[in-house]
Formats: sequence, C-alpha cells, structure tokens
Amino acid sequence: MSDGNSPHLQRRPDRAALAIAAALAVVAIVIAWSTSQAGGVAGYSPVGPKTFPYIIAGGMFLLSLCTAIEAWRGNFPAREAQNIPPMLWVLGGLAVQMLSMKTVGFSIATGLLFAATAKGFGKGPLWMTVPIGIVFAFLVWVMFAKGLQLTLPAGPLERLF
Amino acid sequence: MDTFSLLGQGLITAMDPYNLLYALIGVTLGTAVGVLPGIGPALTVALLLPVTYKLDPAGSLIMFAGIYYGGMYGGSTTSILLNTPGESASIVTALEGNKMARKGRGGPALATAAIGSFVAGLLATLGLAFIAPTVVKFALSFGPSEYFALMLLAFMTVSAAFGDSTLRGITSLLVGLGLGLIGIDQLTGQARLTFGMPNLFDGISVTTLAVALFAIGETLAVVSSKLAADEKVESVKGSVWMTKQDWKRSWMPWLRGTAIGFPIGAMPAGGADVSSFLSYSTERNFSKHPEEFGHGAIEGVAGPEAANNASAAGTLVPLLTLGLPTTATAAIMLAGFQQFGLQPGPLLFATNAPLVWGLIASLLVANFMLLVLNLPLIGLWVKLLSIPHYWLYAGILVFATLGTIGADGSTFFLGPIPVSFGLLLLTLFGILGYGLRRFGYPIAPVVVGLILGPMAEKSLRQALQISQGDPSALFKSWIAIVLWILAALAVLVPLYLRARGKGKVLAQFGTDED
Repeated sequence: MSDGNSPHLQRRPDRAALAIAAALAVVAIVIAWSTSQAGGVAGYSPVGPKTFPYIIAGGMFLLSLCTAIEAWRGNFPAREAQNIPPMLWVLGGLAVQMLSMKTVGFSIATGLLFAATAKGFGKGPLWMTVPIGIVFAFLVWVMFAKGLQLTLPAGPLERLF
Repeated sequence: MDTFSLLGQGLITAMDPYNLLYALIGVTLGTAVGVLPGIGPALTVALLLPVTYKLDPAGSLIMFAGIYYGGMYGGSTTSILLNTPGESASIVTALEGNKMARKGRGGPALATAAIGSFVAGLLATLGLAFIAPTVVKFALSFGPSEYFALMLLAFMTVSAAFGDSTLRGITSLLVGLGLGLIGIDQLTGQARLTFGMPNLFDGISVTTLAVALFAIGETLAVVSSKLAADEKVESVKGSVWMTKQDWKRSWMPWLRGTAIGFPIGAMPAGGADVSSFLSYSTERNFSKHPEEFGHGAIEGVAGPEAANNASAAGTLVPLLTLGLPTTATAAIMLAGFQQFGLQPGPLLFATNAPLVWGLIASLLVANFMLLVLNLPLIGLWVKLLSIPHYWLYAGILVFATLGTIGADGSTFFLGPIPVSFGLLLLTLFGILGYGLRRFGYPIAPVVVGLILGPMAEKSLRQALQISQGDPSALFKSWIAIVLWILAALAVLVPLYLRARGKGKVLAQFGTDED
C-alpha cells in the first residue's frame, strides 16, 4: 500500500476520487428512495425493516461528504497509469461468457472466456487458445458436473456425453 | 476434563476413513491452489467452496478445514520461492524467506515455515479446543444487545483499526452492509432493494462477492498493470532439511510466534498480518544475529510463519463460538456453514457437538497431513509456481465462474437472450473489486459487512423490540458497555495515531487478503 499522507504529484482536486464521492451519494439516495417506496408493514414494532437501510443510507451520505473533502485535498494514494486494452479483453470475455452460457453450455462459453483472458495477458493466437480453453473447460465440467453433481449449464457439447 | 472426551470423540469422527479421505483431498487442493501466485487463503477457500457443495455437512466441513490450513501452507511456499515486487512490504515471510531462497537455502526456509506452521497449528488448535467451551459458556449469557455491541466491535476492528485510512476502511464496510440489505428481510419477509428483480430476493451470496472481489478484481488489476511483473521463481537447491543450527535458531521463534498469533487471532482484532508483523519485529529484537535480518535470517521466517498460522487458527475461536467472522477467510467459512443451514455460535456447540468437535479434531489431522505432504511434494509445488501468467489467470477465471454458477444458477432475459445472473453479479463485483484496489480501499470489510450486516441488524431489532423501542436497552449490561467502548477506541485510537503521523505502522498492518 502506498502512503496516503505524503504529498504527491497529483491533480488537486482528484477528479476520480470526487467521482467516488458522487457515486456514494447516489447509492445513499437510491437506498433511501427505494426504502421509502417499499410498502409499509404495519408499524407494530418500533424498529422495522426500514430502520437499518435508513441508517446505512445516512452513513453513506456522510462518507460521501468526507470522501469529497479528501478528494479536494488530494489525500488519495497515488495511482499508477493503467493499460486499458488488456482489461477490456478480460471484461469482454466475461461478457461473452455471461451472454452465451445458457445457450451454448458451460464448456464453450467458458472456453471463450479462457481464451479472451489469455489474450489479455498477451497469449494468442485465438485459433489455438479457444480450443485449448474449451477442452480445459470441458474437463472441468466433467469433473464437477459428473463427478461432484454440481448443476452446470449443458450445451450441445455436454449433451454428447 | 470434559474437553478431552469431546476432543477424543471428535478425533474418532475425524479418523473415519471417508473423513480422512476428505481431509486429504482438502489439504492437497488447498495447498495446490494456495501455492498459485496471486491467490491468498481467502480466495483459496472461496474458489474451493463449490467442491464441498454436494458432500454431507461433516465431510464437507472437514474438507473445508483441510483447504483452509492447506491454503495457509501454500501461501507461505509462494512467498518464499517467488519474489513479488511491491508486495513484500505486506508479507514479511517474503522478506527473509525469499532472501534465503536466493542464497540457495530455500529448502531450510520452507522446512522451518512448514514445521513452524505445524507447531503453531497444533498448539493453536489445542488452544481453540480448550478456550472454546469457556467462551461458549460466557456467550450463552449474551442477549441481542450484547451481540449487537460485539458485531459493532468486529465491524470497527475489521474496517477502521488497520490499513492506511479510517475513511476508506469504513466506506468499504458500508458498501458491504449496503449489499447485505438486498433481498428478503429476515424478520418481516419484506423485499428490500430488489428493484422488482426476483433474482435478488435471495440476496447477494458471500461466495460470489468474495470470488469476484478477490479473483476478478485481482485479475483486472494485474492485467492492466503497466509494471512488467519481474517475478523469478527460486529453485530449491540442495537439502530441504534443516541443520542443527537451523533447529536451534527456529524453535523459540516458533513458540513465540504462536504465543503472539493465537491471542491476536482469537480476539476480534483483524487479520493474520498484524501478528506476523509483530512476530517479525519481536524476532529481530530477540535474535542473536540481528545483522542477518534483511539478508535471510531464519528466525524471520520461523516466527512470522508460526504467528500467521496460529492467528488463522485463532480466528476460529470467535467464528465457532460466537458466529463472528473477523477476516474475509472466516466470512467465507461462515458462508460454508450456512450452506448447510448451520449457524456457528454457542448453540451449535450444544445442538451439534459431534460436528463441531469433529471439525476441530480434523484441523489437527489436516495439520499432520500437511507436515507429511508438504516437504516431499515441494518439487510439484515449484512446478505450479512457474505456470505462466496467461494460463494461470485464465484458469483462475474458469474456476471463479464455475463456483459462481454452482452457487447461483439463476437466469434472466436480456431481450431474447438468456443471461446467467450469477455471472453478471460476478462481473459487476469484479469491477468493484478492481476499483477498491485501485483507490486503496480494503477488501475484507466488504465481505465481512455483507455477511455480518444482516446478523447485526437482526440483533439490533430484537434488542429494541424487547425494550419496546427504548435505545437505552442497548447499554443495559456491563458487557455491552465494555464492547461499545472498545468499538469506539478501535476507531478513535487509530485516528489519533494517524493524525500524529504514526499512520505508517497501521498501514503496514493493513492487508488486502484474509
């Protein structure tokens, strides 16, 4: 962890940290709003299901203010620059897996995720990593779905067995 | 003495051939996964939780105990043989252990870590067995207001006491508490924060959150890092056996480490890192060879490793006796119990004594197995360490998604496309985990908040229902008052220290894992 107290070469105010403060405020408002919208169960008890959410919403709002102050002072730890494209490969892989899992089954969907992640870390080409991923995911499927009776979505490939 | 017979019965349960097999599978899997770089004990336990889904409760928990201890052992192997730049500040074993490995003394470093972990695990598990009945007796007198105060204390120690910022720690905690609100309210059956989505009625699963924050978050952080990872696996040359001199220099640090680690773990005072740091500085003071520290002193491996393991066993005291998880790993273990409808706490000792004592006894068994397995198989663990990053993280993601679908197989429709809801949550929380890492927010409070939040709320509401809304009922007993004061101190003392510029020490104690 880097030292949060020492001055460092960062923009003041720290815009990303201000965005965190804003996000916290939004979440606080959403929790409070959603709680107030929920149907009221008869108030037989002094502390109902709404008390705790309101406390948390209030707390988050306070934290949002404090975060904004810290952001203004530039008190957040320094961050290193990021390499975005590799991250998009991993997130893309997760998205593809999520969308295709129920249709093509565990092995193919997860094989695609496997290949996309490897690609993010610089390993290609896809025509090689996709089959490797599918075989690997299929072995995992056999182990867990057949061996340990875990319920995993089956697709065309799994139905062959 | 009663404890002996209970523990004896537990040992009989643990020695059942099937349970021995489960323990063996548990320690092997735990070590294998724990050895992989970037995977700490918390993620090891979370990733392997699905393996235990379909077993019976006793077998599953026994396998779980093995995974837990195996993960701890595996982690120390990694930090000795793999020099991960930037992380060495938080893992003291790496400080001395890696230096030893580079000098060709990797074998003795691994041996002292393994034997030290064994000694610590043995003593601490016995400590757990003897302390637990007393704590249980004490805890049976707790009412809802005492439980609420206790959970408040745990919240504060987990989030605010260590790490480099009180604000960020408490923010993490509140994120977890907020996520804990989602789902059907336990007491009234009212849906909260579900936004009309039936998929959310059951709430957020601890496994999904933990796997996402640790596995996906870590993967995203590593893949996007511009710093080329300069990791070098040290091979183990020469004998793995310790010389007579090594033994002489190791046995006191093992015992001191255990004495430091166990109480710290047993108190609701946060993670294993605190104890390994304390042990490290203690050993540096006690050592006859202080000049060797920083260049591969065996005491600097023996002590912290023992402290680390003793503290891990210590966290089982609040977990089993009070149902109170104080680390992310413990939170996931609690989730492991809950999948069988078991609620750890004083009542579990009364209603399900054979199970609890079987679990405690199998910790002892797992500890023996690890000692026997670990050193002979070191060649295999070294091979696992040299798996290239692209296969490693691709594989981690496969298992992360596997566990999530196993826990939450529900579907929702995005137009005509069926989408796996568990995977959607996994991805969203993974992005959250990346954000937490990037901005220096600790992760453990989120996981602990999620599982402990609903329990704290239940206690609070029960306490106030009994008193018909009078909040002074929360401070009626002296136990509750003491706990409230401790909770306040856990926030105020670190705030004061940080304001006085002594925050660096606390930041070192902070941890991403556990």
